[in-house]
Amino acid sequence: MTIDMSQFYQVFFDEADELLAEMEKLLLALDVSAPDSEDLNAIFRAAHSIKGGAATFAFNDITEVTHMLESLLDRIRKGEMALTPDHVEAFLVSKDVLTMQMDGHHHGSSVDQDAVGSVCLRLKALSQGIADAPLAVATPAPAAAAESASAAPVADADGNCLFRIELPAVPQRDVDALAAELGLLGTISQETLADQRVVFTLTTPESQDSIIAICSFVLDPDDLKITQGGAQAGAAEAKPSDDDPGYGIFEPAHTEAAPQPAVAAAPAAEARNPGRRATDKEGSGQESSSIRVGIEKVDQLINLVGELVITQAMIEQRISVLDPIQYERLLNSVGQLTRNTRDLQEAVMSIRMMPMDYVFSRFPRMVRDLASKLGKKVEFVTRGAATELDKGLIERIVDPLTHLVRNSVDHGIEMPEKRRANNKNDTGKLTLSAAHQGGNIVIEVSDDGGGLSRERILDKAKQQGLPVSDTMPDAEVWQLIFAPGFSTAEVVTDVSGRGVGMDVVKRNITAMGGTVDIRSVPGAGTTIAISLPLTLAILDGMSVRVGEEVYILPLGYVIESLQPAAADVKDIAGQGQVVKIREEYLPLIPLYQIFAIEPNFTDPTQGIVVILEADGKKAALLVDALVGQQQVVVKNLESNFRKVAGISGATILGDGGVSLILDVSALLRSSRQLNADPVFF
Amino acid sequence: MSYSTQTQAQTEAGEDAGKEFLAFTLGKEEYGIDILRVQEIRGYEPVTRIANAPDFIKGVVNLRGIIVPVVDMRIKLNLGSPTYDQFTVVIILSIAGRVVGMVVDSVSDVTTLSPEQVKPAPEMGTTFDSDYLIGLGTLNDRMLILVDIDKLMSSAEMGLIEKIAA
Repeated sequence: MTIDMSQFYQVFFDEADELLAEMEKLLLALDVSAPDSEDLNAIFRAAHSIKGGAATFAFNDITEVTHMLESLLDRIRKGEMALTPDHVEAFLVSKDVLTMQMDGHHHGSSVDQDAVGSVCLRLKALSQGIADAPLAVATPAPAAAAESASAAPVADADGNCLFRIELPAVPQRDVDALAAELGLLGTISQETLADQRVVFTLTTPESQDSIIAICSFVLDPDDLKITQGGAQAGAAEAKPSDDDPGYGIFEPAHTEAAPQPAVAAAPAAEARNPGRRATDKEGSGQESSSIRVGIEKVDQLINLVGELVITQAMIEQRISVLDPIQYERLLNSVGQLTRNTRDLQEAVMSIRMMPMDYVFSRFPRMVRDLASKLGKKVEFVTRGAATELDKGLIERIVDPLTHLVRNSVDHGIEMPEKRRANNKNDTGKLTLSAAHQGGNIVIEVSDDGGGLSRERILDKAKQQGLPVSDTMPDAEVWQLIFAPGFSTAEVVTDVSGRGVGMDVVKRNITAMGGTVDIRSVPGAGTTIAISLPLTLAILDGMSVRVGEEVYILPLGYVIESLQPAAADVKDIAGQGQVVKIREEYLPLIPLYQIFAIEPNFTDPTQGIVVILEADGKKAALLVDALVGQQQVVVKNLESNFRKVAGISGATILGDGGVSLILDVSALLRSSRQLNADPVFF
Repeated sequence: MSYSTQTQAQTEAGEDAGKEFLAFTLGKEEYGIDILRVQEIRGYEPVTRIANAPDFIKGVVNLRGIIVPVVDMRIKLNLGSPTYDQFTVVIILSIAGRVVGMVVDSVSDVTTLSPEQVKPAPEMGTTFDSDYLIGLGTLNDRMLILVDIDKLMSSAEMGLIEKIAA
C-alpha cells in the first residue's frame, strides 16, 4: 500500500502561496539600511518551509531555487553580509520565479526556464560576490552546506546519506505504508526491535526534513528517532539522539550543492546551526494557530446553522401562545436557546469573513513595480486592512481593485516634474482604505493626482454620441467613464485614458450587489469608492404584508414607514400617484398592482407606505401592514427556478413557509418606467 | 392487486429488459414517468405564490431548507379539477440537478415495462405535444401515457428554467 502523495499537493500549494505572499510583504517592508533581524528570520523561515515542502513532493526545481535563496538569506541574517537593495530585488525576482514554478506544477502552466536560470545565477553571484569581501568569514553558502554535511560523516560519493529511523509502536499497516513511501526516496531495509518496534535503515540523497515530513503524515514526528549514520551500513553505530531529532544540525548535502568546492571553516557551520534550530522551533509553534478547512464544509455548516435559526424561530412562534406564568421555565429556556443560536450564527458566519489585508497585501509590490517603470514616485498607504469581508466577495473584488489601483498610478498620479510645477510634493500618495458603513463595506482607492478632466470627458462623450450637456453635475460626468467603450488614450488626463475597462469594473461590482462612486477635484486628486454588502447569505429584513402575502424588504433600503395624510397624496394624470414626504414628492409604488395581488387596502391613507432608497433614488412603496423585523437567511430562488422580476431571493419563515425577498432596485427602476421622468415640483 | 405480484415477478425476471415507471392519474388518464427521476412523494402544502407567473406554477415551497417550485399538471393540461385537500399529491422530481414539485390527482403504483410493452405514441390525440412522450405503455387492460419528464420540465413551455443568455 502506498500513500498517494498527490492528495497533499493542494495543501502544499496553498501553504506555499501564503508563504510567498508573506515573504514578499516582508521584503517590501524591509529597511535596507537597518534590517530588522526578526523580519529577516521570518523571510528565511518562509523560504525554508517552502524548500522542505517542495523536497517532500520532489519538486526539485523549486527546491533548487529556494535552497539558494535560503543560503543567501541565512548569511544576511547572521550578519555575514550586508543587505543591499540588489539583494531585495533579487529576492523579489526569485519570489516571482517560485510563483511561476508553483503554477507550473499546480496548473501545468509553462515555466520560463531562462528566468529560472538567470535568477539562480543572480543568487549565486550575490552569494559568491561576497567571498572576496574582507568581511566574509565563510565561503558561499552551498559550500557551507556541503561542509556541514561532510563534517558529520554522512554523505557517500553520490551525496547519499544513511538514516536510521526508529519508529514508535504503530500498527503494521502504517509501517508498511511508511516503508513504501520512504522507499521512493532511496533504498530501505527494515528490522524489528525486541519491543515490537520497527527500525528502518534508509539510504537517500534527500534531507532529514523530507523524511520527517513524510513520517509526519502517519505519526507524530516527536515520537520519531532519526539518526544519521555513515555511508556504510553502520546503523548500529549511529548515535542515538533523544529529544529533538536534530532538525537541521545534520543537514545533509543536496545533490546540487555537492560539486561546489568545500572550503568553509567549521565555525561557520557551527554558527549557523543553533540559529536554524531556534527558528524551526519557533516556526512549528505558530502552525497550530489556524487550520485549513474546505470551503464546502464551511458552507454546509452555515446552511445547517441557517436551518437551526429557522427551527428556533419556529419554536419561539409556537410557545408565544403559551401562558407565561404557567410555562415560565420553558419560556426562559427558549429565551436562552434564542441567545445561544444568535451567538452561534454570528460565530459561524465569521468563519467566512476574511480581512481585507488578503487583497491589500498584493498591491504594495504592484505599485512599487509600476511606479518605478513609469518613473514616478508613489507612496502607498493602506487603511483598515483588518476590515472583514465575506470570502466569496473578497475573491471577486481583487480584479476590479487591481484595475483601479493600476489606473491611479498610471493616469492619476503625475510625473515628479509636473507635481513640482504644481507646488505638490514629488511623491504622489495613493491610499487604499476599507471601512464598515452600516451593512456595507466601503473600499476607497484615492490618489492626490491631477483629477479627472471634466472638459475632456464631455468632449469624448459628445464624440461618442452619448447624451450629455455642458451643465451636467460633476457626479454624472464622472459616471460617464463607466460607459462601455469609453476608453481611448489622451482623453481624461495628459497621460492616457482613465476609462480603460472601467465598464468591466463597474459591471463586476454591480454583479456583487455593490455600487461605485467617483469624487474628483481637478488638481487635487480622485477618489473611487466601492460600496459592497458585507455578506450575501444573511440579511436584515422587514416583513410587510399585502393581502395574504408576506414579503421581505432588505432593511438597508428602508428609510422610514408611515401612513400618509390624505392631503399629501396627489394624483398625476396618467402617471399614478405621488406622496409628499418632508417637502419631497416621491412616486408611489403600489405593490399589489405590480404583483397583481388582491390587497386589503388600495388607498395609501389606509395602508402603510415604506420609503425606500436605492441608487440615490427614493420612492414610496404601498403595502397593507408591517409585520416585523427579522434576520433572514437568503435562499437562492434560481437554483430550482428561474429569475422572477422584482424578487431577489427567498427565505424560510419561522412557520416553515416561504417568503420572497423584494428586489428594491428593480422595483424602483420599474416605477421610473411608469413615471417616465423624475417627479419634480 | 393482481398486477403488483406480476410487477414483482417481472422485476425479478428481467432486470435489464424492463424499465420502472411511476404511474399517476390526471383526470381519467393514467400517466407514467421514469421512477429514477422521482425523489419523493408528499402531500400538498400551502405554497407561496409567485407574482406574474403562469397559473400552473402554483408557487414555491420549503422542502427541508431548499426552495422548490410547484407546478400543477392538472391546470397545465386542463385535466380534472384542481382541488387541494389532504389527498392531493405532489411528486418531487429531481431533474438535471434541479428539484421541482408536480401536483397530480393521485399516484397509483410502480410498474415495470419491457421494451415490447412500449408502443410508439400516435402523432395526435393527447394533450401533450408528442415530443414530450416516450410512448404508450400497455399493461393488461391498462394504458400508461409515458412522459419524457426531463424534456417536459426543461422545456421553454414550462418556463421553469431560464433560457441561457436570454
